[in-house]
Amino acid sequence: MTQPDTNGHFGVFGGQYVIETLMPALKQLDTEYERAMKSPKFHKRLERYHSTYIGRPTPLYFAESLTKAVGGARIYLKREDLTHTGAHKINNTIGQGLLALAMKKKRIIAETGAGQHGVATATAAALMGLKCDVFMGARDMERQALNVFRMRLLGARVIKVESGTQTLKDATSEAIRDWIGSVKDTHYIIGSVVGPHPFPKIVRDFQSVIGHEAKFQIMVKEGRLPDLLIACVGGGSNSMGLFHPFHHDEEVAMVGVEAAGLGISTGHHGAPLAKGKVGTLHGSKSYVMLDKDGQVMETHSISAGLDYPGVGPEHAWYRDTGRAEYAAVTDKEALAAFEKLSRLEGIIPALESAHAIAHAMKAGAKMKKNQVIIVCLSGRGDKDVVTAQRALGYEE
Amino acid sequence: MSRITDTMNKLRTERKSALAIFLTGGDPSISASKNLILAAAKAGADIIEIGIPFSDPLADGPVIQRSFLRAIKAGANVTAILKLVESVRKEIETPIVFMVATTLVINHGVGKFMKDSAKAGVDGIILPDAPPEEADEFIPAARAAGLDTIFLAAPTSTPQRLKSVARLCTGFMYYINVSGVTGDKSATVADVGAQIRKAKKVSKAPVMAGFGVKTPEQAKALSKVADGVIIGSAAVDIVASAKNQSAAPEALARYIRSVRKAMDSH
Repeated sequence: MTQPDTNGHFGVFGGQYVIETLMPALKQLDTEYERAMKSPKFHKRLERYHSTYIGRPTPLYFAESLTKAVGGARIYLKREDLTHTGAHKINNTIGQGLLALAMKKKRIIAETGAGQHGVATATAAALMGLKCDVFMGARDMERQALNVFRMRLLGARVIKVESGTQTLKDATSEAIRDWIGSVKDTHYIIGSVVGPHPFPKIVRDFQSVIGHEAKFQIMVKEGRLPDLLIACVGGGSNSMGLFHPFHHDEEVAMVGVEAAGLGISTGHHGAPLAKGKVGTLHGSKSYVMLDKDGQVMETHSISAGLDYPGVGPEHAWYRDTGRAEYAAVTDKEALAAFEKLSRLEGIIPALESAHAIAHAMKAGAKMKKNQVIIVCLSGRGDKDVVTAQRALGYEE
Repeated sequence: MSRITDTMNKLRTERKSALAIFLTGGDPSISASKNLILAAAKAGADIIEIGIPFSDPLADGPVIQRSFLRAIKAGANVTAILKLVESVRKEIETPIVFMVATTLVINHGVGKFMKDSAKAGVDGIILPDAPPEEADEFIPAARAAGLDTIFLAAPTSTPQRLKSVARLCTGFMYYINVSGVTGDKSATVADVGAQIRKAKKVSKAPVMAGFGVKTPEQAKALSKVADGVIIGSAAVDIVASAKNQSAAPEALARYIRSVRKAMDSH
């Protein structure tokens, strides 16, 4: 059976838990999206941007030194860090930007945590001549001042969100609130495989280019499918982008890596698939970090992109059906992997991606030398150097 | 017949429109909240809508967001609000409806939530983030418990969607006046009159108009078109800006009386 169903359910997850005001726009988006998917012209345009603007296909790199150091499975890195703007987010924003044009919407809005999705959205807006407003938590604006400037330089307005915890969760809420009032002329480019249907489907499909390319590339390099796929999971877009094209390849195992923050047992983490409860957040049903009263909890991760109390509904479904497993990596382990990959391969990964690397090092060590792992290196680490410098104690 | 339907029928025979007042449950505290609800009912509210505080309300503007956070900080949760209703119900017969985010209902257990609500004395339920597409998860349990199910129609609803919303409504239909969050934009008959008339045509249940209603004049004008009006942010704001907690019930009552007076004048 193909997932999601027509109302956007992945098993019991997903759906459209939003106020009626938004429903017609979500229906329109779904219709336009399905039309675009059948349009050779749309695909041609998207492919042109892939190859000449984003820089696709991104390489699948055999990490020889890392493999040697780990001493087990052969580890390949899918280099999304080499895309324009430095993270996989651009795959989605270019696709959705084209949808906004098709729907004749003049303005796009987005939420952002670390600023990567905000920058990718502002980039698509500049490219396509759309007005762009990005919602960002006041605390994140402080932590990611450079990305705030990048968005402004690209012509976007950055709207400071001072409600709630002043982070990604609240930026997302505020973007949805704006959309309720502006839905006639505005398209909301959500940044991950979260939100009401059809967003989890659309974002997954635009990110699936990661997995499709990786599948082809590994066949060329190894002549067979990989044994294991590993990617980090915040909302879960880079991981779903890698996993989805392998969904029916039963011999391929998948592990999504959540943020264990200060440790799962401390309660200060961002791991709803490990410790969350079923609930609805930002328009869909999934695992959410809820307290005993059902209120959304504050999360913690050293990486802003994983600092989110919800997760995409398709991941919840993958978890419950056993199609993927989910692990968690602490801030400390992620930092160690951040440093290790920099030293061994000359690649500074985003702290989000460093979570995936950390798990690959653990999992790879237990595997045979002829086995193959693909890790999604979802973004580059330039944005994190200040955080890492402080946390690793490099300061003089 | 439900308390809501009885009330609506009675108002119709009296040629009056209904006034529903939204208050955040447990804001600023559970005991103060009880006094406010009683004051609102006494001052002329025909229906009391109690919002169960949620950390991340998507359809609410700053006024209600802040009231939710105040209430949560003061210890409000589903159990406490159920107890609040139970104690209010001992003193008044005014219909009470819950406005509650789906996640709180799911977290409590859908069946249990509906049963506990009905037992406490709640008459109807509004789930702002459950459009018709997600209604099946909640309606059977609500109806089994004897609760009215109130769904929302919006200015953006197509004629077809208006019909599917209407089919699900018992007690009343909640018509959202403005495309925006609560307390955001101002509703005028010129903008919403035609759409409310359309909603009334397809809805067997009375149509109540909410969002963007603040002044007695607005309430009067809208109540000529709709079967009644719902006031939320304006009421919550009066509570929040009252000089002190003991002054709040009277300030709220004064406001409600002025709205009531305007609505009842011809």
